[in-house]
Amino acid sequence: MSSAQLLRSEAVYYVDLAVTGITFGCMYAMMAVGLALVYGLLRILHIAHAAVFALGAYVTVLVANATGSVALGFVAAILVTPLFGMTIYRLLYEPLLKYRPDVPMIASVGLLVLMQDAFRIGFGEQGVTFHRDVYDLMTVDLLGVTVNAVQIAIVIAAAVIFLGLHLFTTRTRIGVAWRATVSRPKIAASFGVDPIQVRYLNFALGSALAAIAGGLVALLNNLVDPSIGYVVSYKALAIIVLGGLGSVRGTLIASLVLGLVEAYGTIFIGQWLDRDAIAFLALIALLMVRPQGFTGVRTA
Amino acid sequence: MSAYEISVISVIGINVILAVSLNMISGFCGQISLGHGAFYGAGAYAAALAMIGAGSVPLALLAAAIVGSVLGIVVGFTSLRVRSDFLAVTTIGVNFLFTGFVRKQHWLGGEMGISGIPGSGLGANGNMLMILLFAAVTVALSLYVNHSWMGFAFRAVGEDEDAAATLGINSAAYKLAAFAIGTALAGLAGGLYAFFTQFITPDAFDFILSVMLMAMVVIGGIGSTWGVVTAAIGVTLLPEAIRFVSNYRLLVFGGLLLLVIRLAPGGIAALIRSVAGSAREP
Repeated sequence: MSSAQLLRSEAVYYVDLAVTGITFGCMYAMMAVGLALVYGLLRILHIAHAAVFALGAYVTVLVANATGSVALGFVAAILVTPLFGMTIYRLLYEPLLKYRPDVPMIASVGLLVLMQDAFRIGFGEQGVTFHRDVYDLMTVDLLGVTVNAVQIAIVIAAAVIFLGLHLFTTRTRIGVAWRATVSRPKIAASFGVDPIQVRYLNFALGSALAAIAGGLVALLNNLVDPSIGYVVSYKALAIIVLGGLGSVRGTLIASLVLGLVEAYGTIFIGQWLDRDAIAFLALIALLMVRPQGFTGVRTA
Repeated sequence: MSAYEISVISVIGINVILAVSLNMISGFCGQISLGHGAFYGAGAYAAALAMIGAGSVPLALLAAAIVGSVLGIVVGFTSLRVRSDFLAVTTIGVNFLFTGFVRKQHWLGGEMGISGIPGSGLGANGNMLMILLFAAVTVALSLYVNHSWMGFAFRAVGEDEDAAATLGINSAAYKLAAFAIGTALAGLAGGLYAFFTQFITPDAFDFILSVMLMAMVVIGGIGSTWGVVTAAIGVTLLPEAIRFVSNYRLLVFGGLLLLVIRLAPGGIAALIRSVAGSAREP
């Protein structure tokens, strides 16, 4: 190989890593934003969000296989998970809000353990895959970089969702009321915003976004197994902390940074640390430099 | 006693040490730590290496406590920089960092862990007694600290750092002290565990374990030594007690954890206080 060719293949390799990093980053962002919204409003580390994510993935694959349409799978997931998320709030968090934040968090862990085992019992240890006629993997060649169609879908979905969230929170009355409740709950209430409705909206929206992320991850791996939410859930905690707890924009930035750090980190320090450890090393290092995250204000 | 009973009691003893020591950090001093497994694991690996290298049980246990404590003080410094939920997530990170690091180290056995750790020479019964002895010492220390000036300072720091400062309490020093003591005990528990199993892998010290330990503290009643001891025994026995539903163990376990927290959010300690309170009323 000539040196020019070598240089080119090397460049393609690094671009490949960037594509992987950005894809993962977008996926993390969709997964984490619901968590950030819940934290922003209620100061609860909603670990069971991973169960919502897994539920979204299961509903997507099961409905897609039953109906033969992936789109219908997503629709079903987007309809089911908000109900589940709102139920979690009503039955689990609302009665525990007056206790120390570790109390609802441990309850949340209990729910995650229960749900994961329920998925295992219901749909098997090996998990569920898409039927072949439903699932048709496509790859696209972009200037020598091979991109999976699902990867493109993930990036587009994340872009649409975050743009939509931005417009929703800045251009609509409900969105503004929501932001007001997050930053100044009492004053918002005095202007006639019902804080309880805002909480339900919060759980509904966050859960629907997690479901979309779950469905996309299911497509990306062509597999939904009981542990699908496990690592993502704890990494999402790292992301919302890094993003400045409760901030949507910070969550997006932190997700992309973490995705890229992981992608390049596994190449450069992969022999010393595994993927998750690299992510958390970056988290701790950044937190020591910026204890309040990228964009957040100091909350503690 | 059967070998099964001896092993269950040994695990209970180790979990009591872990939960009570975590309670000193998170309960007394209010510094939420979800990475207690890392200190426990560091102690276990230190004891294993010391035992293989030097062959002395006291030296191995000392090494375990020192390594656990040194790591604890380092993490304690992060608690001076980040607070509450930020600290909780930082300590989760410490746990993932520990297991992720150990998995990739050949000299620590990597994924396969370290097997063939020399025994303590005390036999299973002797090991159990040693573990119970240290558990009793840990509980006594926790009760003593709780009633001492240090315990008062811990609670002051945990409840309101600024108010503690007005009392002249150096909150940084007490936070570090809480981490140093709590993680030394966790390291010691790791050393005892290394002698108990004579075989350690990174998976034994993962984040799930740390969450279980925090669950013991919360179920027991944050800050209550006896409540936490009771919860540690209960949470350890529960999976054994529901063996008959073997295929549904985690389902039942998760469900019970959820129910207990939902029905008694203040933990066993608060439950007993309210029962005692209503009994006293005529």
